[in-house]
Amino acid sequence: MGKWSRRAFITAGVAAGGVVVFGVAIRRGDRSGKVRGLIAADDETLFDVWLKIAPDNTVTAIIPHADMGQGVHTALAMMLADELDADWSAVRFEEAPAHKEFANYALARGYSTAGMDFPAWLVDSVDGLFFRATQMMGLQITGGSLSVRTTGQLAMRVTGAATRAVLLQAAADEWQVAVSELSAAAGMIRHDATGREATFAHFAPAAAELPLADKPALKSPHEFRIMGTSPARFDVPPKVDGSANFGIDAVLPGMKYAAIRAAPVFGGRVLSVDESSIQDMPGVRKTVNLGDAVAVIADGYWQASKALGKLAVEFDDGGNGATAQDDIFEQFARELDSAAASGRAKDDFVAGDAAAALDGAKQVIEAEYRVPFLAHATMEPMNCTAWVHDNRCELWLGTQNPLGFARQVAKAIDMDPSQVLLHNQYLGGGFGRRAFDDFAIQAARIAADTPYPVKLIWSREEDMRHDHYRQASISRFRGGLDASGKAIAWHNHYVNKHDPEEAPHIPYAITDQAIVYSESETHVPWGFWRSVDHSLHAFFTESFIDELAVAAGRDTYEYRRDLLADAPRFRAVLDLAAEKAGWGDSLPDTMGRGIAIHRSFGTIVAQVVDVEIVAGKPRARRVVCAVDPGYAVHPDNLAAQMESGIAYGLTAALYGEISIEDGAVRQSNFHDYRMLRMDEAPDVETYIIDGGGVSGGGGEPGTPPIAPAFTNAIFDATGIRIRELPVSKHELRLKDVEDVA
Amino acid sequence: MITLSINGESRALDVDASTPLLWVIRDYAGLTGTKFGCGIARCGACTVHVDGRPVRSCVMPASAAVGKRITTIEGINRGRDGLHPVQQAWIDEQVPQCGYCQSGQIMAAAALLESTPAPTDADIDEAMTGIVCRCGTYPRIRKGIKRAAAALANPEAAETGNG
Repeated sequence: MGKWSRRAFITAGVAAGGVVVFGVAIRRGDRSGKVRGLIAADDETLFDVWLKIAPDNTVTAIIPHADMGQGVHTALAMMLADELDADWSAVRFEEAPAHKEFANYALARGYSTAGMDFPAWLVDSVDGLFFRATQMMGLQITGGSLSVRTTGQLAMRVTGAATRAVLLQAAADEWQVAVSELSAAAGMIRHDATGREATFAHFAPAAAELPLADKPALKSPHEFRIMGTSPARFDVPPKVDGSANFGIDAVLPGMKYAAIRAAPVFGGRVLSVDESSIQDMPGVRKTVNLGDAVAVIADGYWQASKALGKLAVEFDDGGNGATAQDDIFEQFARELDSAAASGRAKDDFVAGDAAAALDGAKQVIEAEYRVPFLAHATMEPMNCTAWVHDNRCELWLGTQNPLGFARQVAKAIDMDPSQVLLHNQYLGGGFGRRAFDDFAIQAARIAADTPYPVKLIWSREEDMRHDHYRQASISRFRGGLDASGKAIAWHNHYVNKHDPEEAPHIPYAITDQAIVYSESETHVPWGFWRSVDHSLHAFFTESFIDELAVAAGRDTYEYRRDLLADAPRFRAVLDLAAEKAGWGDSLPDTMGRGIAIHRSFGTIVAQVVDVEIVAGKPRARRVVCAVDPGYAVHPDNLAAQMESGIAYGLTAALYGEISIEDGAVRQSNFHDYRMLRMDEAPDVETYIIDGGGVSGGGGEPGTPPIAPAFTNAIFDATGIRIRELPVSKHELRLKDVEDVA
Repeated sequence: MITLSINGESRALDVDASTPLLWVIRDYAGLTGTKFGCGIARCGACTVHVDGRPVRSCVMPASAAVGKRITTIEGINRGRDGLHPVQQAWIDEQVPQCGYCQSGQIMAAAALLESTPAPTDADIDEAMTGIVCRCGTYPRIRKGIKRAAAALANPEAAETGNG
């Protein structure tokens, strides 16, 4: 295919069907040294998104993020199209350029400016968000609820606006009028004074010769025509007819299949493999010992899976085989005890003097909460198809981090990252799991010495037992109330801090706060899990504030509201949720109502849960969700993400528990790692506030508040305070029954 | 060698007859719309129709489907002009998120509407509880089923509806 330069790429595009391509490029001669090193193989590499305008006036946005159900392809295309003033009905998207040879790796390298010096032309056009933006784009990661916030705000909109400007300039040149006399709308440029009108496509070739502005003027929200509406998502039609290709659906000529079993105990190794046990089985090609796992390659996946089941393998336990879940919690508790006694807990957030305030408090409330490890359990088990041929390695899979995967795979099979070509497919769920490259490395190593492509598929059992888990944790609180019941002291000591930094922080106006933590490592692999640390800390903090409200004899909503007097956006979200839920209205005796609020990834979410206790089991019947993401680009999709985040968090709150037994994960499949199902799913109503300011994320913020809102509702119904998840561990009975007894 | 009728087509496939129908459909018949989720009939991602009834193809040996009509997501709209009403309802309600479970959801929903044209919420719970969705699209699935039921009951109104 030769080497691509920006100009050459545009020229090639024009030659192939008259399509004109625009992109914000890293310009020749204006690169930092580090960036140059990364992109030296290409004459010039496009940095930002691209947009293509075809002769029929179709606009195509090229988008560097994976879609795992969060609707990002549509939302990002909307942001570009709005700034461009395109006709939405003629807007399409591609996840990669049509030029496959160029696509993934070169695109990824074009983005690889993470943590490095930025091209000079970009440096002066950035704001405080830019570093995070470029880090995310740079790694081409899909995660952190950042796609809309960064790629959308800082690349899609900029490219759309810059392209609109050159189209207008080209029209002005052709018609010999001033740009200020022209207007653009729905893919057309119009000169009002003369009534002349022509399509974007008409001006596109001339516009492509003009320089794109680095800092084009962006629209204000009142000027948006596409953003803020809810067009149908691009990815839905292929997901209703079976045609959407997920990683597991990759089919290559001559492909074989692999099943794998890793050492059950984390850190364990393969001691011995006896291939004689399977050598006569039909279809079996080869056994591969990866050191910490054994794979069987066969002509069909079922043959591989059956043979693996029969294969005699001995593993050691890496010295971790005696560990049980109780040991882990005891270890955490000991660390908290000794760190508190010796004063060596690390400061997370400290304001005022919590210890003194507790000493002076009228009432001190103490509580300890626990959460278990959690698996992601994406519906599509981990899988990757690898084909090592012609001095390169091609991979077909769904990943949230293609560039990182390519680097690590290259390292594992002793190649240069430029030799790894990654074909990202639809992700059958991500939730953070597909940011970890273990399965891709396995696939590449298995296929490294085979003449054929190999599709590695993990069984559900493998997927559940070799995840990267949401951490288990313990969090201890002491809260002080004054004579009026107002919270005046907040002391929180928890175990193991990951990301995001602010997850344990509270929005409440409590003057004296000490939030501290201690580290206590386990042998269980850690992973990002939808909303990461927010998933545990929202449960801890929003349960404890509820306990303080109850101790003060106050309404739990009003109590929070009073403490949010100086946080008007939080208060507005809380009020909206309470109002829409009918907070204060009476409920049947079998029901309870709970509330929680939490900000994560820049988005504030409050939820009110109505729970019914049916034969001792809690059923969430209705969830009212209020959300302020700053600005909702696609309101229906934001609502869908709230519904999704709620189901994910509610599943964990109700049932989610990965426990360690003899050093390994005890659970194995959906019968013992239960999922929320249709008959348990609450009605969800979402109400959106466009509070303005910097945009927040959408994919994760729906998850953190649901567990505490749910358990607070259970408390309301039963008087039982759930301090350890999952809820299914606890026996429940209605408060009124207890009172009568 | 085994001969199966899949989406109205007779397919002679070189595969051991004890292989679960799921893998025969995916790896031998080349129809990848039907998904693997758990392998123990606990998630429903692999749901297909055998003689019109929803079955979990991951635990059904292919031999059990010989001589029967197998329908997969790729064939659900066979004989129709365009999409099956359930598929159209899924688009109208913007049901799927990651989409991985949706073939199973749609197959289960279509089978429900075949046997129960006007399902109650309890009917929907019963028919759909076997199909897990990790993205939590359940409320939209429920709406989608009701929309499809309405469309099936009154096709003309559905066509002129605002979609």
